[in-house]
Amino acid sequence: MTTDNWSEIKAACEAALPADVVAFIARHQGTVHSESQLIAILHMVQASSGYLSREQMNAVAQLAQIPLAKVTGVATFYHYFRLHPRGKHMINVCLGTACYVKGADKIGQRLMSDLGIHFGETTKDGLFSLESTRCLGTCGLAPVIMIDDQVHGPVTPGDITTILDKYVKKSKGPKAPVQI
Amino acid sequence: MPTMINLTIDQEPIQVPAGTTVLKAAEQLGIHIPRLCYHPNLSLEGACRVCVVQVEGFNHFLTACGQEVWEGMAVQTNSPQIRQARRDIVELLLDNHPKDCQTCDRDGQCELQKQAYRLGIRERLFEGKRKCYPVDDSSASVVRTPEKCILCGRCVRVCEEVQGVHNLSQHGRGFETVVGPANLAHMDDSACIMCGQCINVCPTAAFLEKDHTERVWDALSLPRGLKHIVVQPAPSIRAAIGECFGMPIGTPVTGKLVTALRRLGFDAVFDTNFGADLTIIEEASEFLRRMGGEGPLPLLTSCSPGWVNFLEKFYPEMIPFTSTCKSPMSMLSTLMKTYYAEKKGLKPEEIYVVAIMPCVAKKYEAARPEHAMADGTPYTDAVLTTRELAWMIKSYGIDFVNLPDGEFDRPLGISSGAADIFGATGGVMEAALRTAAVKLTGEELGPLVFEDVRGVTGLKEATIHIAGIDVNIAVSNGLTNAKTILDKIKKGDKQYHLVEIMACPGGCVAGGGQPYPPLDMDVLDPQLPMLRSKALYQIDSDKQLRRSHENPAIEHLYQDYLGEPNGEKAHHLLHTHYQASLPRGIR
Repeated sequence: MTTDNWSEIKAACEAALPADVVAFIARHQGTVHSESQLIAILHMVQASSGYLSREQMNAVAQLAQIPLAKVTGVATFYHYFRLHPRGKHMINVCLGTACYVKGADKIGQRLMSDLGIHFGETTKDGLFSLESTRCLGTCGLAPVIMIDDQVHGPVTPGDITTILDKYVKKSKGPKAPVQI
Repeated sequence: MPTMINLTIDQEPIQVPAGTTVLKAAEQLGIHIPRLCYHPNLSLEGACRVCVVQVEGFNHFLTACGQEVWEGMAVQTNSPQIRQARRDIVELLLDNHPKDCQTCDRDGQCELQKQAYRLGIRERLFEGKRKCYPVDDSSASVVRTPEKCILCGRCVRVCEEVQGVHNLSQHGRGFETVVGPANLAHMDDSACIMCGQCINVCPTAAFLEKDHTERVWDALSLPRGLKHIVVQPAPSIRAAIGECFGMPIGTPVTGKLVTALRRLGFDAVFDTNFGADLTIIEEASEFLRRMGGEGPLPLLTSCSPGWVNFLEKFYPEMIPFTSTCKSPMSMLSTLMKTYYAEKKGLKPEEIYVVAIMPCVAKKYEAARPEHAMADGTPYTDAVLTTRELAWMIKSYGIDFVNLPDGEFDRPLGISSGAADIFGATGGVMEAALRTAAVKLTGEELGPLVFEDVRGVTGLKEATIHIAGIDVNIAVSNGLTNAKTILDKIKKGDKQYHLVEIMACPGGCVAGGGQPYPPLDMDVLDPQLPMLRSKALYQIDSDKQLRRSHENPAIEHLYQDYLGEPNGEKAHHLLHTHYQASLPRGIR
């Protein structure tokens, strides 16, 4: 009877990641400094699932043989990596100089109180994620927020509720006809 | 010949080999540049910036720990500006640190506190936001207090570079940086093997052992006769605890230790050494059986609970090679609640067993279900580290240095010199070889000293010729060295027969529960285990009994109670089993 648990662990880890990520890791295993592929691997995982789950990070650690503490250390260091699933709609508040001078912090405050979340979090219903960003290059419209790929500006704290409502209605309303 | 570089430090000319750092060069001139994150036995981090110096031609400060010298370099280690900068840096660290020195476990032994005093910080001028995190006391052995962490990264480095466990890492960034296991999960849900080396290298109290003093005080203050309280100190304690009372490193204090334990109120003072002798009898039998073809070779020792944790998390496929012998502590605790209880006419639950260990992983071992009686009560009720016991002795008002020598109680306090050396790396191997040599040759007077296995080197290999057989042995301490030898065994390049593995660098004498070294010595300095081991070898050579199987109390125990070594009863009481455990470590 074997006392080794590696084959079970390996199988579970391979199942937790998309096939192309598993193949990418396997291709680099055994090469010099294979651990330097960590960020590339995490990018691939996030690209496919929108965020990095604990299960996925553990799978990356085991398959790439990079200590898990290192993996989660890197994942928490970079703002780019998300550790929680993102909402259906992504709200980015521009905190660049122009928007900031024009009161972006008040827009942020209003969004936080309306949504009941902080920056970096997602609403319980999974509808919105709130993030901050630096200059979106539309300073003429300052202050601006960006929801998904749509820029809204100039906005006042008073506009926020109306803007959010549109997205809430869209997701709750009758299913839009499929466009071909 | 390396290229020599000429430079001046504080106007003093000096010549050092190329590649020398400013910090090391300054030390040669008798200049001690203050430092916090720097550790001579670990890689460079450059995180704390306390070691800043001024270099001619630069209008910013350079860190002395990592800066290599160059020809013509002119370094200034002391100027009003530098002193101010260092003071500011440490003041800012203090500002983000709890103000509880007086009630902190490391009061008086804290490097941050010492640095603050040295640099002349007499008031706290900065008041800013302070990090607030809960204490993580989920582990049976290691308590993590992130609020006290100054982010020097020594624990991260020791865990990675010396132990190969990689359990800790900096998480997040900037003000929010926290050092902890993966996902900042609880320590008991991590790859931690509980060796406690993070405690030893931590300059503050961000890592500490799980406190067991409270429960021992409680037991000792029970009404007399309610419980029979017995104690067993490990071999390494007698070689180290004197340091806590200002005695030189490597002073053997067996007799004073026994007296101190008696004065604390223990009903019987036994010796883990007895368990060590017993371990040798069981392990040597197991070894000889395997040499005879019963079971796989090499036989890996199993005394070190940090190593056992590492085995189960990192190398579960090596479980069949590992000796099933319980550790000396657990063997003796088991006998205390069975054999000794019967002799005394006591029920097992009327006995309270306290072990004094150089180790924090022993706290976990004691709590393992494998080491509990059928009703779930552990054989070992409390495990105190050397530091914890030293504190209890001080707290009780015992003048340790001037104590008269005492003697261990019988029969579980009788031991051979082979047991004393268990605390040194290579000691278990030597003890086993002393007995195995006699058993293999059938001659009563086999060799006593095996020089090849002595010394604090991380990995030693030798071939010992006994009775016409070449026995290939290896001895490792520090788990990166264990990895090396385990990988060699797996590759099958060489047939090893007996391998001793100790988790801590330098063996038990430098365990995670041992006294913090004095100010002029760093914790991973090989001198420390060397001097403490010397004390153990001295105790051994002063003894009449040098081989475990010569211990008359052990002989009597087998005749009277256990039967045959490795027999059914011995197996039931003195052996254990292991299993793969999660999370699986990355090796």
